[in-house]
Amino acid sequence: MSGEKEKPGPVEYGFETRAVHAGAQPDPVTGARATPIYQTTSYVFDDTEHAADLFNLSRFGFIYSRLGNPTVSVLEERVASLEDGRAGLAAASGHAAQFLTFFTLLEPGDEFIASRNLYGGSVTQFGLSFKRLGWTCRFVDPARPENFREALTPKTKAIFLEVLANPGGIVVDLEPVVEIAHEAGIPVIVDNTMASPYLCRPIEWGADIVIHSTTKYLSGHGNSMGGVIVESGKFDWRQGGKFPGMTEPDPAYHGLTFYETFGDFGFTTKARAVALRDFGPTMAPLNAFLTITGIETLALRMDRHVANAQKAAEFLEAHPAVDWVSYAGLASSPYHELAAKYLPNGPGATFTFGLEGGFDAGVRTVEACELFSHLANVGDTRSLIIHPASTTHRQLNEEQQIAAGAGPDVIRLSIGIENAGDILRDLDQALGAA
Amino acid sequence: MNLHYPDTSIRDILRRVKTIAMVGASPDWVRPSHFAMKYLQRKGYRVIPVNPRAAGDEILGEEVYGALADVPPTFEMVDVFRNPDAAGPVTDEAIEIASEKGIEVVWMQLGVVNREAAARAEAAGLSVVMDRCAKIEYGRLFGELGWSGVNSRIITAKRAPFGR
Repeated sequence: MSGEKEKPGPVEYGFETRAVHAGAQPDPVTGARATPIYQTTSYVFDDTEHAADLFNLSRFGFIYSRLGNPTVSVLEERVASLEDGRAGLAAASGHAAQFLTFFTLLEPGDEFIASRNLYGGSVTQFGLSFKRLGWTCRFVDPARPENFREALTPKTKAIFLEVLANPGGIVVDLEPVVEIAHEAGIPVIVDNTMASPYLCRPIEWGADIVIHSTTKYLSGHGNSMGGVIVESGKFDWRQGGKFPGMTEPDPAYHGLTFYETFGDFGFTTKARAVALRDFGPTMAPLNAFLTITGIETLALRMDRHVANAQKAAEFLEAHPAVDWVSYAGLASSPYHELAAKYLPNGPGATFTFGLEGGFDAGVRTVEACELFSHLANVGDTRSLIIHPASTTHRQLNEEQQIAAGAGPDVIRLSIGIENAGDILRDLDQALGAA
Repeated sequence: MNLHYPDTSIRDILRRVKTIAMVGASPDWVRPSHFAMKYLQRKGYRVIPVNPRAAGDEILGEEVYGALADVPPTFEMVDVFRNPDAAGPVTDEAIEIASEKGIEVVWMQLGVVNREAAARAEAAGLSVVMDRCAKIEYGRLFGELGWSGVNSRIITAKRAPFGR
């Protein structure tokens, strides 16, 4: 009604408030305050016309949980809000989110450029499996932004990077890369998994699409797989016909044109309506529920993760058995300044170090840990340890491993939120055993 | 572009308006205007199509008129599905007949911005919205858009509206 008082918009609501509330209103029917787990495959239609409108995308609503589910859509909106994006789309895993993104962007024969400092699974996905679909990824050293410009070809459709790179310690200077990409008329995609939106918000620096493995810090408790795509809503997909999938009538939808019809959330709409529909890597409602619950404490957890990681990195740097530590929170790190710029709340809690004793000492240290869990994940409440060269980065050759910061002597830690003294004590005794 | 409209103004427009003249409404069901028209009809608005190329035909049960001045009933809002240049003359036509037809709002669709035309309409006492879709804004403000993963920017501890 006119005269209604202006309700405060999201601009006034802070990150921590949105982490608890965004996307989740009390249930319209029952008033349930926590988000219900809508454990259903399908949703009734009022009549055939209602069904037809939903299938044609001419009205909003749920059809079948492969395409959308009320619990999952709360997570999608929440992550979109935390990243200051326009819209989100969840998938079964971070890898599924990446596949849906590139399927929506690329045609067979297209290329994209990726930082070589990526999660090892992404290097394999991009370099090997994508190749079989006719998509070529060119890897470059991100330390020099001009390397991205030099790798551009007329077929390049995107640039992909991790600002805070896995396995740790490296920070990529995003702003000049955004400038290079936008000059070329292509979007920048950032995998923000290692930072979480509490530590870094790539869209504020000009990124166009942000991807998460929600399995890590967002869900945060090592209990649910998931991925999310967020679009900024700011990229102009016209670009002289470079992205026909966005700007030309789509035969998969009776000639509907996604960018014209859905505007600034056209990309996630297309990724949902075509890629998710036709390939099916859907997030389960229970995983969405656990991830929503995890995100409510994201700010609290990340503060503790970062504080503990800083202490662990300083302790290791001073330890006689340790050769080097790669953590951007250390004054000795070459990425210390970039971290202060892009990650003002702290450069994450996953990092690497090398032992004087090399490969064998590394293996002994991993095996001697009592509190640290030896497993292939990061971003758990629990402290984790792994030897990347023999696990997460095993599919890479030695040259690629070294380039990715995962050489034979490297140990990766994901520092948890336990008592800091207990974390240091376990590292100390394990190093003694090595 | 950075056009900013407070949620309360958009919500107020969508609550106040009952009848919309849609300029550029298309009989082709995959066009955005057709989507928006059908959606807004479902939400209780009367939407009257204006399109000289389809004048005399019918779209979604409504007769199509060739010009705004030809639309018989009064209508509070003109929804412009035309390119930014064409939005100028449409706006001037709306200003011309505003008092006769009860026009209060000129709404230019997603991607349509014509600041000169907007200034003329505002000087004539009309409200102007540019670069927004009435369907999307309705969905966002009345709780449906989050179903598509869109950041509605609404934070509230009140029960969600019960919509279908």
